[in-house]
Amino acid sequence: MQHYSGFGLLKHSLTHHENWQRVWRNPTPKKKYDVIIVGGGGHGLATAYYLAKEFGVTNVAVIEKGFLGGGNTARNTTIVRSNYLWDEAAHLYEHAMQLWEGLSQELNYNVMFSQRGCMNLGHTLQDMRDIERRVNANRLNGIDGEVLDAKQVQEIVPVLDCSEHARYPVMGASWQPRAGVARHDAVAWGYARGADAHGVDLIQQTEVEDLIVEDGTVVGVKTARYGEIRADRVGCVVAGNSSVLANMAGFKLPLESHPLQALVSEPIKPILDTVVMSNHVHGYASQSDKGDLVIGAGIDGYNGYGQRGSFPTIEHTIQAIVEMFPVFSRVRMNRQWGGIVDTCPDACPIISETPVKNLFFNCGWGTGGFKATPGSGHVFAASLAKGEMHELAKPFSMFRFHNGALVDEHGAAGVAH
Amino acid sequence: MFHIFCPHCGEYREEEEFHAKGEAHIARPLDPDACSDEEWGEFLYFRKNPRGIHHELWVHAAGCRKFFNITRNTQTYEILEVYKLGETPSVVAE
Amino acid sequence: MSQKNRLQDGGRIDRSKPLTFTFNDESYQGYAGDTLASALIANGVDVIGRSFKYSRPRGFVAAGAEEPNAVVQLGATEATQIPNVRATQQSLYQGLVAASTNGWPSVETDLMGLVGKIGGKMMPPGFYYKTFMFPQSMWPTYESYIRKAAGLGRASKEKDVDIYDKMNQHTDVLVVGAGPAGLMAALSAAQGGARVIIADEQSEFGGSLLSSKETIDGKPAMEWVAQVVAELNEFDDVLMLPNSQVNGYHDHNFLTIQQHCTDQFADRAPNGAVAQRLHRVRAKWVVLATGAHERPLVFGNNDVPGCMQASAVSTYINRFGVVPGNELVLMTSNDGAYQTAIDWHDAGRHVVAIVDARKNPQGSLIDAARERGISIMVGSGLIEVQGSKRVTGVSVAPLNESGDKVTGAVAKLKADTVASSGGWSPVIHLSCHTGARPVWDDEVIGFLPGPTVQKQLTAGAINGAFTTQAALSQGIQAAADALASLGLEVTDLSLPKTEEVIQDKAMALFHIPHNKPTSKAPKQFVDYQNDVTAAGIELACREGFESIEHVKRYTAMGFGTDQGKLGNINGMAIAAKALQKSIPETGTTIFRPNYTPVTFGAIAGRDCGELFDPKRFTAMHAWHVEQGAKFEDVGQWKRPWYFPKGNETMQEALNRECLATRESVGILDASTLGKIDIQGKDAREFLGRVYTNAWAKLAVGKCRYGLMCGEDGMVFDDGVTSCLGENHFLMTTTTGGAAHVLEWLELYHQTEWPEMEVYFTSVTDHWSTMTISGPNSRKLLEKLTDDDVSKDYFAYMDWKQMTVAGVPARVFRISFTGELSFEINVQANYGMHVWKALFESGEEFNLTPYGTETMHILRAEKGFIIAGQDTDGSVHPFDLGMPWAVAMKKPFSFIGKRGMQREDCVRADRKQLVGLKTVDPTVVLPEGAQGVFDPNAPIPMPMVGHVTSSYWSACLGRSIAMGFVKGGHDKMGEKVFYPLVDGRVVEAEICQPIFLDPKGERQHV
Repeated sequence: MQHYSGFGLLKHSLTHHENWQRVWRNPTPKKKYDVIIVGGGGHGLATAYYLAKEFGVTNVAVIEKGFLGGGNTARNTTIVRSNYLWDEAAHLYEHAMQLWEGLSQELNYNVMFSQRGCMNLGHTLQDMRDIERRVNANRLNGIDGEVLDAKQVQEIVPVLDCSEHARYPVMGASWQPRAGVARHDAVAWGYARGADAHGVDLIQQTEVEDLIVEDGTVVGVKTARYGEIRADRVGCVVAGNSSVLANMAGFKLPLESHPLQALVSEPIKPILDTVVMSNHVHGYASQSDKGDLVIGAGIDGYNGYGQRGSFPTIEHTIQAIVEMFPVFSRVRMNRQWGGIVDTCPDACPIISETPVKNLFFNCGWGTGGFKATPGSGHVFAASLAKGEMHELAKPFSMFRFHNGALVDEHGAAGVAH
Repeated sequence: MFHIFCPHCGEYREEEEFHAKGEAHIARPLDPDACSDEEWGEFLYFRKNPRGIHHELWVHAAGCRKFFNITRNTQTYEILEVYKLGETPSVVAE
Repeated sequence: MSQKNRLQDGGRIDRSKPLTFTFNDESYQGYAGDTLASALIANGVDVIGRSFKYSRPRGFVAAGAEEPNAVVQLGATEATQIPNVRATQQSLYQGLVAASTNGWPSVETDLMGLVGKIGGKMMPPGFYYKTFMFPQSMWPTYESYIRKAAGLGRASKEKDVDIYDKMNQHTDVLVVGAGPAGLMAALSAAQGGARVIIADEQSEFGGSLLSSKETIDGKPAMEWVAQVVAELNEFDDVLMLPNSQVNGYHDHNFLTIQQHCTDQFADRAPNGAVAQRLHRVRAKWVVLATGAHERPLVFGNNDVPGCMQASAVSTYINRFGVVPGNELVLMTSNDGAYQTAIDWHDAGRHVVAIVDARKNPQGSLIDAARERGISIMVGSGLIEVQGSKRVTGVSVAPLNESGDKVTGAVAKLKADTVASSGGWSPVIHLSCHTGARPVWDDEVIGFLPGPTVQKQLTAGAINGAFTTQAALSQGIQAAADALASLGLEVTDLSLPKTEEVIQDKAMALFHIPHNKPTSKAPKQFVDYQNDVTAAGIELACREGFESIEHVKRYTAMGFGTDQGKLGNINGMAIAAKALQKSIPETGTTIFRPNYTPVTFGAIAGRDCGELFDPKRFTAMHAWHVEQGAKFEDVGQWKRPWYFPKGNETMQEALNRECLATRESVGILDASTLGKIDIQGKDAREFLGRVYTNAWAKLAVGKCRYGLMCGEDGMVFDDGVTSCLGENHFLMTTTTGGAAHVLEWLELYHQTEWPEMEVYFTSVTDHWSTMTISGPNSRKLLEKLTDDDVSKDYFAYMDWKQMTVAGVPARVFRISFTGELSFEINVQANYGMHVWKALFESGEEFNLTPYGTETMHILRAEKGFIIAGQDTDGSVHPFDLGMPWAVAMKKPFSFIGKRGMQREDCVRADRKQLVGLKTVDPTVVLPEGAQGVFDPNAPIPMPMVGHVTSSYWSACLGRSIAMGFVKGGHDKMGEKVFYPLVDGRVVEAEICQPIFLDPKGERQHV
């Protein structure tokens, strides 16, 4: 793999950038792999990368129906944090957080992970009780967190309306300084480049039409473009399309795919340094390094695979943003879009064995999968390599929906993000 | 934004008056106590969640408060039919 | 500076109405009818901004929505600042103040330009992914410099002074675009009897005709436009919206239109007027007549000010009477652009040459140019421009047949303006918004709208029908199709006639080759706003970014505020060539809403501030305000939180309220509790199914507490339900849960048990509820009623219909404080009367109003839970220590029964609600504190549950708390530790959560 550095840029500028190597190959798939990952988004690519790099499983293919990182990886609002309430979730997301710290160096690809802090506002007494509860849990789990009062909130975010006149005045916030944002595309590309360098075949523009199951065991996938490709183990990491794949293998998942919308403003001069989220007023915003305000909405209530939602959701989100930040009223919305999020009843993911042997699913991340990308990939890779679930993944079995051991993170997941 | 025909009001109304309530035709088991944990979990949580034809339950929340079913394509968002509870859909997936 | 580029006559501006405006602190003059862009060009302003990455000087390229460079800061005052306004879309008004968004110290002399020149070579696409990684700790510093360069304009520092509103519209036909196709469609549809809305982004209707010298039916085209507008005006059911962009096309033919009302005419809306209005339109049919955008060609230094779209040059000349230079070179691949050279020549300026990439073009416009003696260089390409802040000359070279190679010597020409045309891209943006994929057409050399499920029709240039005649004819056809589907009669519509123009075939040319390879040639810009070059796109492809989406994301092409209207197709063509694929093979590009940026304020409308969410007040609210109550938001309600007196602290007020209640009598406004009236012969059975406890034997006149669970067995609401009659009950719910509970009941009734005869009605707002609580509450009530309220007649958990303070009342002897307690319910409009009467009579008992906080303390002293505070959706009644509220033997398997018996729900070590007494009674645990058994365990510490409720109890003279502890029900008397944020570790003893009067004697007196 070609090493990237400032010096490299200088060197290549002398040859007019004509000699940069390809970031990844464009291979024709083999007949059989040890592991096939279905889905070339951030989670799938991270899984492939760690399989090859950490667990020595290099005979791996990632099969992607479109282009790498083209699903929710390309559509999310890039927030990274680990301040989850329950131990199981907190440990998983914090595992991811620790991998984020140093990911650019690990991948030799600048994913622009920017720890500018994330604030979850409280507007009611119950909000503040929940914030205290979560921050206390975070700290005892070794995750950074603070409870801020309204005055401290105002100091960190001067453009936020913290006045008494607001419909729901800001009473305080939880604050995770290590949280922040990352450049979403770069995460997919960095993992893809790293996986490719370790020998993983990245097969793009290839839709999986069926999972081949023989005697209750998965043995490969059927694709439109290359026919059958066999594998010892198959891991599905296809977010909103998980139920569609599960259906191919003959079982149902506790998931619903919903549209999740987001939008950006036109680029404006830096005015918002941190991520600010409000469950109660129901909106959140950060500002990208290009100057766009990156704003998220809630999910639309209906099931949808259309990568778009309904306009009232956008209206409510903008109302919330203008309510929180009155000075944004004259800023203009540039673009809106939608992703397909696979929501789980307890707002936690499924990283799990399935009723089909050797078939594993990593899904159900709902509105908050991006932040978990490295951790999700790492524990899923470990599970696929060994054929048994990683310790951190065990609480997230799909079978918890049978025995009732749910990990209810609705409070911490809060606004879709 | 969807334009939904409420079969009880007999009119098209804006989506903002309605709430989607998930997959339709999920009947509560008649004898819950006889269900295994697995069966109860399937009833509670597991869904078809198809890409394509979907029968789903909606409620005219800010209208007549009545529940009814919609057959809708979850890819194109076309509403293919609206029918009352207890009725069978005429449009079904292949 | 005078308007040196303004023509003496011609154009649609009003020279009798001069307007003064300011740009970058200099004062200029323009005319009514100008855009900010045309006025600046008239005044000879070349440099309007600096580019994002390389800080290159940039000028005007276009005359409409596709302009990438002329993005300015607008606003005469701080409160009226608008970032990123496109000067080509902003009408000029008296006193307009605008400024460039980048450039230091000024846009003319920008020091960042030096950095761009020197560092530019090291900034290929994606350079930031390849560097700034070492050392890791420096990234925040690197990033702070990257951020310094971010953004175009700036947000205001002050609150918006303008008003925005919304209008819901229903129409038979919405016509988007008021050019020839749109006007024809609107007129035809209106004549057929349809309700019509026609919207256009420009200040005047006419579209392409506004800047055209064509004739329609033998008259100048704009006369025909005026006539159509006049005719449309005659129809009652036609709404014409100029200055209105149709920005989003959503499902089921729902579209949004942003109408600029006053912001096109004034810095600030006149008092009370609406600055912008968002029309939310539901249309039975949509006719997209959105036209096409001209594609400039990509060549070396094509961003130097003076390089423009050919059609934009014509627009400035014909519509605004402005010639943007003196010496023009036109570069084209098609016939249509010849009109620009003709317009330029006819305006009295010099056309240096027309450079045509085609070998032997023939057509009527070419003849017209030749007749004017304009020199035409065929089979050639303009490969490079000279100049930095303005074009000074161009290099032209012969090209091969396919236009991808320079085949001969380079000639240099002097020029100050370059107009270029690579053909036209249909404006298909709206057609993509609901997911339709555009389809490439080799004849049109562009993408056409793809198949859609929407009720959408298209007419004119959006279909690649680029002549006015075709546009008119397709406009009529679209209207006819819509009318037929609407069942309206199609009248005999006559098609206006235009002059015939014979045109030669256009060449599919996007990127003019240089005699050097692209990577070494001067920068050839594709996306101006994001500084994306042809070399950058080729590099992206070389590096393996092979899908057009990857190319776009890697180079940032199309991510600007113009959303790639000019550049995307050129970029796709360059990528396709680099990958040796066809354009459609590299993938299509989907446009998302908005077509052009929309003001947040306009989307928010009036639903901010006071109207963000309705406030709900009880009938006694005014009294609470008068008494100086502090309020708490609970759901949408404003509830009194506590009633401080004088300089009391909150704790002092709470102590006083608690003691007064326990010692004499207190009063709570409980009107916000949800109330659902339930009637029908199966009402009782229904209650038995939705509550966990038994209801079969509750007699008329009795009340009972119940827990409500989901099918998962987890508690989600609670409350007291009273039997008003054999088939009549009144259910109360939590304040925040009322709507959800009502929908829950309806859900089960309608979907699962429709055979049951039961009816639910929300009566929350019908009643005012006031709870008097304390040992003197009976004495107080006695003063206001003649009815018998004695212990024997009116027992605990009874309710009575009686008269209180002269009005009919339902009085419930229920208690959430553990004291003797009466909940008086009266019709809401009597609420204030009764409340005041209670205070008149209560003076002798020191009747004390208390709010939610004291209510919380008093109930916690008794261990009563608050759903939502002591529950969180993950606890069942047994976790709460409330097995007495679950009737497992009921014949019907009530909602929640099966769920709470799942494997994980019957574990012995579940977190269970207990009472907590701190070892130091003066320490009040913070709510939300997390408990551990071993305070010395290393991080991550095993947590055993959190504190849900915690207070200072003035009555007990110590702190009390409730919380969850793993297996807590079996750990009475054991210790649990709470490590706090401030470093303290608080030790507490696990106890029963009843701190006061465990036998419940006080409420039974």
